[in-house]
Amino acid sequence: MKILVCISNVPDTTTKIKFAEGNTSVDTTGIQWVINPWDELSLTRALELKDDTTTGVKSVTVIHVGPAASEPTIRKALAIGADDAIRVNAVSSDAWFVASQIAEVIKKEQFDVIMCGIESSDYNGSIVGGMISEFLGIPSVSAVSGIKFENGQPIIIREIDGGKEVVSVPVPFVAIVQKGIAKEPRIAAMRGIMMARSKPVKLVEPVQVDPLTQIVEFEKPTPRAACKFIDADSPALLLDLLQNEAKVI
Amino acid sequence: MSVLVYTENWDGKFKKLSFELVSYATGVAKMLNTTVTAVSIGKVDENELIRLGNYGANKIINVNSDKLTVLDSQVYASLLSEIVRKENASVIIISNNNTGKSIAPRLSVRLKAGVGSGVSRLPLNLNPFTVYKRTYSGNAFAHLVIKSDIKILTLAQNSFDLIETPSNATIENMNPEIDGSLLKTVIKDIRKQSGTILLTDADIVVSGGRGMKSADNWGPLVELAKLLGAATACSRPVSDEGWRPHEEHTGQTGKIIAPNLYIAVGISGATQHLAGISSSKYIVAINSDKNAPIFEVAQYGIIGDAMKVLPKLVEAVKEIKK
Ligand SMILES: Cc1cc2nc3c(=O)[nH]c(=O)nc-3n(C[C@H](O)[C@H](O)[C@H](O)COP(=O)(O)OP(=O)(O)OC[C@H]3O[C@@H](n4cnc5c(N)ncnc54)[C@H](O)[C@@H]3O)c2cc1C
Repeated sequence: MKILVCISNVPDTTTKIKFAEGNTSVDTTGIQWVINPWDELSLTRALELKDDTTTGVKSVTVIHVGPAASEPTIRKALAIGADDAIRVNAVSSDAWFVASQIAEVIKKEQFDVIMCGIESSDYNGSIVGGMISEFLGIPSVSAVSGIKFENGQPIIIREIDGGKEVVSVPVPFVAIVQKGIAKEPRIAAMRGIMMARSKPVKLVEPVQVDPLTQIVEFEKPTPRAACKFIDADSPALLLDLLQNEAKVI
Repeated sequence: MSVLVYTENWDGKFKKLSFELVSYATGVAKMLNTTVTAVSIGKVDENELIRLGNYGANKIINVNSDKLTVLDSQVYASLLSEIVRKENASVIIISNNNTGKSIAPRLSVRLKAGVGSGVSRLPLNLNPFTVYKRTYSGNAFAHLVIKSDIKILTLAQNSFDLIETPSNATIENMNPEIDGSLLKTVIKDIRKQSGTILLTDADIVVSGGRGMKSADNWGPLVELAKLLGAATACSRPVSDEGWRPHEEHTGQTGKIIAPNLYIAVGISGATQHLAGISSSKYIVAINSDKNAPIFEVAQYGIIGDAMKVLPKLVEAVKEIKK
């Protein structure tokens, strides 16, 4: 069994987002890049599955679509424990482009489980994983909060709106993961960082694909009105404001 | 040309988000000068179906098949793409919830349709087709141009008001031929949440953070929620500590919600927490630290000890409910 984990690199989640070039792009000066939080969790779960010898998982590969500048993100994933990596050498222009590239790679190399995060914290798209599965014509399970193997068969927990379902699908399939998939992201140890330097990163040139979408402008969220403070001893006043001013209770 | 909207139901009734979706679709159809076709899958009776007409649906396609009882995104996407072609739809509206997120990308590939996900306003422009979408977990919004002929928009929950636009909707029943070989998902077990208000559907949410100090102090918070008809939520450290269940964790890595009212008790307001709640219409913060960042996003604030403020608030709510 081989697992492929798709990783995207995103600004550190505490970054104050600033725009550049007349609000058409995000100013990347000083931004700390990290592995997208969900991708980090799916990598962690993939490695846990590999550590458990009963699962039959033999290797964990990470794939990233990005320019050479995002190599540190890949090295970080290798340091955490991935066996090898694939980088599609292209600037990721939209979800359609990224999913097309990853699907092309998977067509050539066999993987049994492909894991994607439910969204990337920058574009908040929630589309790449589902697109990959449709390009390949294989099953996908979305909002996955648990995954294990029983007799070589995947047992998956997915969150539905109003509960959970335990489902199974045949391999190969795409698992689109969310919170719960792993407890804490695994952290790279010194030994892992040393070993990562010599792990293979395969470079793949992109196929020609035209993106279907393009961001033409960014804007800040509408600022909120300043906070009105209410004395801690008069909660009735708060309720009055909620009832008669905000009209929400 | 038409606007197609995929609705969702639960126990034979439409979810509130379905009416939001139809209201939104009607707005888009007006801009395009065309009609709205709503699709409903599953057992919903005629009286309920016709309610979609109150929000502007002109035609309702009522799909029933025993192959559709399991949500298998491959099966659903194949069915919907057929309906899109038949209806000659140019814009497709789906919810940005778990169900929508599993269907939209597959539909996108089948129709070569660009996706604008998490939209919260009507399109900004038709030529080029430009939508307003959430990015950077709520820290920025983007104007996204969709270049393909067919466009898919997933609507952020609770972001668009219900607008009544009565129309004489027609109902068309459909018993589709479904390719059984596509159905790969086998359900082994279902654990439905019962008796509680769904966090993602709730109009009011009362949420607690580390300032609640321990698992034992939750009584007045839960009581306040009950009195207000609210769902309960929490910050990540709270669910990590096991003080509250994981389903309640809101924020960047938890649930993203947009209630009309979010009451944050003992929550500092870290960027990652705000990522999940910043689209709430009103935020109330109760915190002992007047410099807590949560007050920068709140419209109403009480500076004080949650353990003392909550019981007083509970009493005050009881008073107005009398
Ligand atoms: C990659 C990543 C993802 C993350 N995702 C999330 C996420 O999805 N959701 C999330 O919530 N966090 C997330 N976090 C964690 C986040 O950074 C914060 O640590 C967390 O939100 C803090 O939770 P809190 O506000 O409950 O606790 P604290 O920050 O400790 O705040 C407690 C607050 O309670 C107040 N307080 C203390 N005592 C009282 C009292 N008696 N009465 C009233 N107020 C009191 C304090 O003044 C303080 O403001 C994430 C972090 C990372 C790195």
